[in-house]
Amino acid sequence: MTDTRVSPPPTSEAPPKPREVRHEPRRPTDSTLRSRVLVVGGLAIAAVYFLLPVYWILVAATKSTGDLFGTSGLWFANPRLLDNLENVLTFQDGIYLRWTLNSVIYAGGGALIATFVSAMAGYGLAKFWFRGREAVFNLILAGVFIPMTALALPLYLMLSKVELANTYWSVLLPSIVSPFGVYLCRIYAAAAVPDDLLEAARIDGAGEFRIFATVALRIMTPALVTIFLFQFVGIWNNYFLPLVMLSDPNLYPITLGLTSWYTFAGRQPELYQLTVGGAFVSVVPLMIAMVVLQRFWRSGLTQGSVKG
Amino acid sequence: MRRHDARTAAGFLAPFGILFALFFLLPIVYAIYQSLFTIERTGALGLGGEEQVFAGFDNYVDALQEPGFVDSLGRVVVFAAIQVPVMIVFALVLALLLETASARGVPFFRTAYFLPFGVPGVIASILWGFLYVPGVSPIVGALDQVGIHVDFLGGDTVLLSIVNIVTWEFVGYNMLVLVAQLQSIDPNLYEAARVDGASGWHIVRHIKLPMVRPAIVLTTVFTIIGTLQLFAEPLILKPVSTSISSHYTPNMAAYNEAFSNNNYHLAAAEAVLLALVAMVLSFGFLRLIGRGGDRR
Repeated sequence: MTDTRVSPPPTSEAPPKPREVRHEPRRPTDSTLRSRVLVVGGLAIAAVYFLLPVYWILVAATKSTGDLFGTSGLWFANPRLLDNLENVLTFQDGIYLRWTLNSVIYAGGGALIATFVSAMAGYGLAKFWFRGREAVFNLILAGVFIPMTALALPLYLMLSKVELANTYWSVLLPSIVSPFGVYLCRIYAAAAVPDDLLEAARIDGAGEFRIFATVALRIMTPALVTIFLFQFVGIWNNYFLPLVMLSDPNLYPITLGLTSWYTFAGRQPELYQLTVGGAFVSVVPLMIAMVVLQRFWRSGLTQGSVKG
Repeated sequence: MRRHDARTAAGFLAPFGILFALFFLLPIVYAIYQSLFTIERTGALGLGGEEQVFAGFDNYVDALQEPGFVDSLGRVVVFAAIQVPVMIVFALVLALLLETASARGVPFFRTAYFLPFGVPGVIASILWGFLYVPGVSPIVGALDQVGIHVDFLGGDTVLLSIVNIVTWEFVGYNMLVLVAQLQSIDPNLYEAARVDGASGWHIVRHIKLPMVRPAIVLTTVFTIIGTLQLFAEPLILKPVSTSISSHYTPNMAAYNEAFSNNNYHLAAAEAVLLALVAMVLSFGFLRLIGRGGDRR
């Protein structure tokens, strides 16, 4: 990926919509009407597939344990959502809230530091030449191909040796490393941060880190938001790493906590309802975030794929 | 112009470099190292204590001679062979449908497809688990009523049920990558093609598909790597399906080896083997499509 081939990156602003052009009123003929019915029909069927489980959990979260197994999953029966939520939040002295907080710490803290560290490295690779730069970059890129789960076991053994296993650090530290983030930042910085601007700042006597922090970071913001979102969702959804690292339930993220309830539900059936309710509570805020932040996902994804 | 300044570059690269070395490179080296040793018990009946001794490739031989592990490797390769085409074709169809002129309600549909990406794999598996279990599942119930009896959790079907969960989780994400690339195509190309008399299908076949090729390659590689790591989905379905053993996938086998059998050395060998298979398959794929295609 030579820098000369990189086109100016799209910003987070919605790109000019080429689609509008194609939507110009054409005479509605039988064939366009038919293709519209077919296309929208196909889209709608797919939407049912993706939304059905979401609908199911919404319904299930309002049910008592008895109704969960005794009534149709597709319709409400004696809704008691608030009681259920209260149970979820107060069970075992409110450990659910603790898990939520842990997830926020792991995902929020991890993603924030990962983004900053990736931005520095990507900027360094894009704007400074040094011997072996491409080799370093290729080594980092190769990291994208390593299955994270293959790293988790040896990491656990290493961190046990230094007594860091079963601590916040054991989940947080490995989550900070994002080779994909460095890759995105390098491409974005190379294309979007003008060298003239950096040169001008240098002539004004600004130090290199200061130029990075005040000039480059601001220009790189759209890419940074994308990396933050990716890393946040990645850490939030991660299961294998915390499973391997943590044994103290007080340190669990939500994924691990809910699974521990689910595993015991065979013996303690009311845990089924708690699992369903807890899953519902954890899924809602993330889904809202997905919808609200969608434009950032797209802008960054173009970066990742078009130039890949 | 770029500053030829290795020291400044090193300063910017240091934080990531140190973390990358500690949490990426070192674990790989450590896993390889661990996989070359084994624990030997000394004294009568092995009561004299434990000692770590060099074992060469014994752990690898053990791993590959253990039918459970080899089966699990074969299983995820079969899984990938089904999952990757299903995932990519489904994502591609959705992306193309969303980007046709006939589509309506595009923002709603796009969001609906992308939503599951925000649901953790374990929670998606718990959800679908309920939708697979007879007695709870409205799907199984509805099918029963029309005389179709399916066992989503049986020996022949459970792998496909896992394919369904993974598809549900990640199709929307892959679709978004493809949509992003489709939107970067110059619309004048379509106009020119239409003037030349190209039909909608021709435009898909000769403009859209070749133009999204890099995105297809990217999503395919990530899907290959993701499928080989299969862990959470079968683990969550295990209590409700008798067809899933504790060695169902290589990751489950390695996890089990490490934490149930306390054999870290064998587990390390299994982790290394899995990483190797992942790299061979993903680079093999890149190689395969690299001929004449878009090269970095």
